[in-house]
Amino acid sequence: MKFVVAAVDEIEPGERKIVSVAGRSIGVFNVAGEFFALRNRCPHQGGLLCQGRLWGALRSESPGEFEYEPKREILTCPWHGWEFHVRTGQSWCAPERLAVRRYEVSVLAGDELDPPAPGMVKGPYEAETYPVSQEGAYLVVDVPAAQEAASGAG
Amino acid sequence: MIETVAAPTEKSAPQARPAIIDCDLHNELDSIKDLYPYLSERWRSHLDTFGLRSPNGSYYPRFMGHREAARPPSGRTPGSEVGFMREDFLDPYNVAYAVLNPLTGAAAALNLELGAALATAANDWQVAEWLEPEPRLRASVVVTPENPEAAVAEIRQRSNDPRFVQVLFMGRLQEPMGRRKYWPLYEACAEGGLHIASHAFGAYGHPITGAGHASYYIEDHTGPPQAVQANVTSLVVEGVFDRFPDLKLISVENGFGWIPPLMWRLDAAWKLLRAEAPHLDRLPSELIQEHLYVSTQPVEEPPRTDDFVHLLEHFGNMADHLMMASDYPHWDGDNPDMVLPSVLSEEVKRGIRFDNARALYGL
Repeated sequence: MKFVVAAVDEIEPGERKIVSVAGRSIGVFNVAGEFFALRNRCPHQGGLLCQGRLWGALRSESPGEFEYEPKREILTCPWHGWEFHVRTGQSWCAPERLAVRRYEVSVLAGDELDPPAPGMVKGPYEAETYPVSQEGAYLVVDVPAAQEAASGAG
Repeated sequence: MIETVAAPTEKSAPQARPAIIDCDLHNELDSIKDLYPYLSERWRSHLDTFGLRSPNGSYYPRFMGHREAARPPSGRTPGSEVGFMREDFLDPYNVAYAVLNPLTGAAAALNLELGAALATAANDWQVAEWLEPEPRLRASVVVTPENPEAAVAEIRQRSNDPRFVQVLFMGRLQEPMGRRKYWPLYEACAEGGLHIASHAFGAYGHPITGAGHASYYIEDHTGPPQAVQANVTSLVVEGVFDRFPDLKLISVENGFGWIPPLMWRLDAAWKLLRAEAPHLDRLPSELIQEHLYVSTQPVEEPPRTDDFVHLLEHFGNMADHLMMASDYPHWDGDNPDMVLPSVLSEEVKRGIRFDNARALYGL
């Protein structure tokens, strides 16, 4: 199911917004104009992952040499510092076995939303609705139905 | 800036969690000025003028010393406010008791008189701002071991307050822990019914590794088992546990995988070299098994989890001597919900979470 989580201009490049969707806490990130959404829970020990810093990726082929990728796409958990690629949710420290749940984010114009704007669209939130108008563009996060059904466990 | 629309926490209900006794909780100073109300004008003026001079060698770590999520709304250092610690950690994790280990810098002060004044101030601060407002808390006595006379006075005074359960030693003193210089402290502990704790890191000028100062923080972070092995060996071989048979050593944040091979090696050496230390009339491993307790964090993580069970078996009675520790609010602390391997029996887990510490500390 798709949820409107924010107006596009609400999240500046480099910023993120943490929303509660279908009982899940999800971080929506603007990385240089692209939007990504990840579950706000680190698979290591349950830290609030999406409150962490975004870093560049640092790689090295041999001691003393390094390559720094300045695009800040590595999300670090604010608890133990485990690293995840914000674009894919893939773990940077144990990529073969760990990933954090990612969700599709799309940008839709107000008149593309269902139900169509203008009006109050029932939002993603447990405690509020989100006003949507025909003008402007909105960020929509897709949470699969199975996820939604399991969300009661938190 | 992070904007939170709805509460992002996903904590499960506190009542679902088994009660724990946390053997390594850190009450932090936002700055040394937190101790000013407990220091005389003479030492406040000294700190303002000369600062707190200490040996180098211990750097705490990475992009943060603390979990950012543990920072109180006031913006002060995580762990520096008992009210927020209660709501962020003690209540949700169903902590029945927790032992405070304040890392104040008092023990490493090069000025020994200042160190003694800071230790007294730190203990007064613990009573007033931690033990009084929160009855679940217990505390370690802060001392300056390099000033034994002052340390003994501090231990004697605090042993009258049953909320102090042990004396805190940092991982590396000026000399190995068993040396005679420190025996007056152990005597005062034994008289007052207090145990001794050796907490990882700390510094008195020695590098964390046994091989000199290392280039990388990851080397320091992995290094504390080196110093604690030297300290356990020293306490055993010097005869401290013979002289003070009720004294227990709690090794905190040093791991525990190193214990079985240390016992094997010491026992083998004792058979060859016992004439050198004739007071050592028992297998060193027996003394270690009787007197050494260890806290969980960091929990060893063997790739095959069955090996964790074997590790406990190698120690003999480690299942009765291993005690839960969170290290809250430090960045490398453990989530008590998730640290015990599922291969352990419920009985062993209950011992680690609660029963072992209750028996040791008489809670």
